[in-house]
Amino acid sequence: MKPAAFAYCAPRTLEEAISLLDEHGYDAKLLAGGQSLVPLMNLRLARPTVLVDINRVDGLAFVESGDEVVRIGAMTRHHTVATSSEIRGASPLLSHAAGHIGYRAIRHRGTLGGSLAHADPASELPCVAVTQSATVRVTGSAGERTIRADELFLAEMTTTLAPDEIVTSVAIPRIRPDEGWGFREFVRKVGDFAVVMAAALLRVADGRVASARLGLGGAEGTPRRVTEAEQALVGSVLGAETIEKAARVAAEAVEPTSDIHGSADYRRRLVHAMTRRALQDALGRLEAGHG
Amino acid sequence: MDDVLRQGVEIRLTVNGRKHREVVEPRLLLADFLRQRLGLTGTHLGCEQGVCGSCTVVVDGETMRSCLLFAAQMDGSGVETIEGLADDPDRLHPVQQAFWDHHGLQCGFCTPGMVLTAKALLEENPEPSGAEIREALAGNICRCTGYVFIVDSVKAAAETMASNAPRGESP
Repeated sequence: MKPAAFAYCAPRTLEEAISLLDEHGYDAKLLAGGQSLVPLMNLRLARPTVLVDINRVDGLAFVESGDEVVRIGAMTRHHTVATSSEIRGASPLLSHAAGHIGYRAIRHRGTLGGSLAHADPASELPCVAVTQSATVRVTGSAGERTIRADELFLAEMTTTLAPDEIVTSVAIPRIRPDEGWGFREFVRKVGDFAVVMAAALLRVADGRVASARLGLGGAEGTPRRVTEAEQALVGSVLGAETIEKAARVAAEAVEPTSDIHGSADYRRRLVHAMTRRALQDALGRLEAGHG
Repeated sequence: MDDVLRQGVEIRLTVNGRKHREVVEPRLLLADFLRQRLGLTGTHLGCEQGVCGSCTVVVDGETMRSCLLFAAQMDGSGVETIEGLADDPDRLHPVQQAFWDHHGLQCGFCTPGMVLTAKALLEENPEPSGAEIREALAGNICRCTGYVFIVDSVKAAAETMASNAPRGESP
């Protein structure tokens, strides 16, 4: 189908974009990469009357390396997130996950900020942002604020952003050289939306797990860390047995959604498998790094 | 309100090297602009939701889905479509020639997207493995061929392009 008619605005500044959103409220929709919004408009599931295209707003696409975090502009395209050496150096987990988004032609256009604001539970970047405790900077007519990634996602496709707020950048903590990471997702075909994904980040000191982060996406309405499984890992000696135990704990901890792509029970099994594989990858990277 | 919704947007863009200046309705998709306004019907529209890949075009050097872009967004851009690939109808691009030689198509509907996606792959990775070709084409759906001849075509195109490429040193 073709989209319903709308008025098109292409502001040059953030202030202009915010004032358009403020003026039109829920009738307006922000257009970033459009790789999720335009299909919804073509299917007439979304019918905004005003489209505010922020592709011509300066200063929203950048990569800024700091000691603690890498700050990435909201309009940075997935392809850049997947291939930039600066981003890969700071968070290979984020880069790797970005490479799993859709297809190349989609990654050329889709954006980091758009993916977070869209809040599709099966998206890769929200899962990694939550796993790494990223912070999201947003600007609206009330001013600027910073939101923790886990406080951004409220429910499926729903965030805590106000209608006039725009995501401007995301700060991703650097992964330290003594940390090992893993990311696994289950898809029916390369480029499909993931049914379930798991992201793991582990640090080992004196032979034992000193810290553990395990994030899941696609299993429930929002991505989240599974603290039960993280606690099962911390203090233990990392090996096949502890990994299996953590995967089991994760599978028991989730309350999976059920839809055409998979039943709740099927998703629970996928949580087990993806968690195990992501942790194995993290262990493998730790061993390679220290070997 | 209806007048506002249909208010045209003026765009200046280059398509296959030719400059155009047009006024477009905001909701006009780039794919429909190319087909209806410019008569470039080589770009095919399959699913209109970014899944099938048949509307793939190259915008400012990068492959994109023309069903997920509005023509109104293209002001100042350079677009290449399948029509711009061969500079002479009698001398096809190596990827096009390989699809011809190796029967990489049956009905031809997905072919423009396949060819442009394969060309972008080979420009970046001149010697892709079979698995890499399949992964690169995963976003382009073909309902006729079963993909085997398409993968063969891309492999053959890689060989032609490698033998045509200028060498670093003369033998």
